[in-house]
Amino acid sequence: MTADTAIRPISISVHAARLSYAGAALFDALDFALPAGQTTCLLGPSGVGKTSLLRLVAGLEGAGAVVCSDDRPLRGRYAWMAQQDLLLPWLTVADNLTLGARLRGETPDPARADALLQLVGLAGRGDDRPAALSGGMRQRAALARTLMEDRPVVLMDEPFSALDAITRYQLQDAAAELLAGRTVMLVTHDPLEALRLGHRVHVMAGRPARLDDALEPAGEPPRDPRDPAILALQAELLTRLVSAKKATA
Amino acid sequence: MSSRAGIPAALRGLIVAAGLVAAWQIVVWLTGVPHYILPVPGKVLGALVEHAALLAENTGTTAAEILLGLALGTLLGSASAVVMDYARIVRRWLMPVLVVSQAVPVFALAPVLVLWLGFGMASKVAMATLIIYFPVTAAFLDGLRRTEPGWTDLAHSMDASRWSVLRHIRMPAALPSFASGLRVATAVAPIGAVVGEWVGSSSGLGYLMLNANSRGQTDLMFAALAVLAAFAVALYFFVDRLLIRALPWVVESGAEDRINA
Repeated sequence: MTADTAIRPISISVHAARLSYAGAALFDALDFALPAGQTTCLLGPSGVGKTSLLRLVAGLEGAGAVVCSDDRPLRGRYAWMAQQDLLLPWLTVADNLTLGARLRGETPDPARADALLQLVGLAGRGDDRPAALSGGMRQRAALARTLMEDRPVVLMDEPFSALDAITRYQLQDAAAELLAGRTVMLVTHDPLEALRLGHRVHVMAGRPARLDDALEPAGEPPRDPRDPAILALQAELLTRLVSAKKATA
Repeated sequence: MSSRAGIPAALRGLIVAAGLVAAWQIVVWLTGVPHYILPVPGKVLGALVEHAALLAENTGTTAAEILLGLALGTLLGSASAVVMDYARIVRRWLMPVLVVSQAVPVFALAPVLVLWLGFGMASKVAMATLIIYFPVTAAFLDGLRRTEPGWTDLAHSMDASRWSVLRHIRMPAALPSFASGLRVATAVAPIGAVVGEWVGSSSGLGYLMLNANSRGQTDLMFAALAVLAAFAVALYFFVDRLLIRALPWVVESGAEDRINA
């Protein structure tokens, strides 16, 4: 189930990103990079523009140059997971997982969909409609759909926010394994989640927003949340977030 | 679809129908209206039995006109909606035409259609088609143009072509709107067919009503009216049920609540 297809990691750099709402610049002339094969986490106060920046990388809004290290466009090589689950209500959960294949006119792989459903703890729920699932289950189905795409770049917006603490912990482990080797951008509100999963953790703050220098926790994800070094970094992150909130307000 | 009050919907309908018939009978008794103005329910029932074969034959004609009109209008309406959604230039040029066409009362077109298409079924099918076309087109197009933006973003991230977004996401997403349009169309379809028959025809329930009226057979006229009403209601509920079964993910109130709303 791991990334068996040879994924050649690509790094992404974003230059002069700008986006304004109602005349006020959310961010302007913003540069940042997503290193190849690593998970870059983005924290910051609500409304600072984290989601917008992620959508900008996905080509869904804003302006700016998104350049891949191999000079080919990013389109068709990233998987996107939004805050909302975006499951199609008329399709079964399994058909939602294979949506990408059907949209591209490829043959769906139901066996892989089943395996991914099992991995996110939804074994046997493939024939249900999304309406029959709880909020947390729907989010897990959306995660499975994102992993189903099997892309070298994964852009995730608060993928675990609707989950209870234990499910979140388990899914972070599963996600870390499945996302290994991919270039990941992860927007989150949870400092501990960022420190468990991220190679680099940025705090976004100010208006127009800026990214601070990344924290780089030692070791490979998923990291142990009981590790004193991680707990120390969490304290450091919380301090940064508090001042980020003041700078943005 | 059992009601919260505990009385099944079908039984409730029967009680209401019985109440209306009773009220009708009482009005005739109280006012002493002559039977050629308003026959008592019993006489109408008698006419229903007496002219059963005649009524059945003419119901066949009208039903065929309504069903053909419904099929054609739905087909043309959905096709127009998809084309207008897909090709902006078509939408720009056709939308005003569509809106203006609705300003012309379909009833005013009936004589023209009979003139062009003759006294046979074609002119009535055309009338029904015309009256059905607009609600279906308007509702479906509206549904197509209001797709949840997150779904189209998701499709974009999955590298979908415009056509496959339309086919796999926007069309299914617009089906609930299409269904509301089809419900309205089903309710108005009989109007088109009957108006067409009034203007000029040689069979059908509308024809039978005019004919009976001119011969003073008020009871037969009411019998034809009753059959028409029963057919229209049955058709509406059949289509409604069909849509509810075809779109199981759409959570909505039952048909009774929609009518009462």
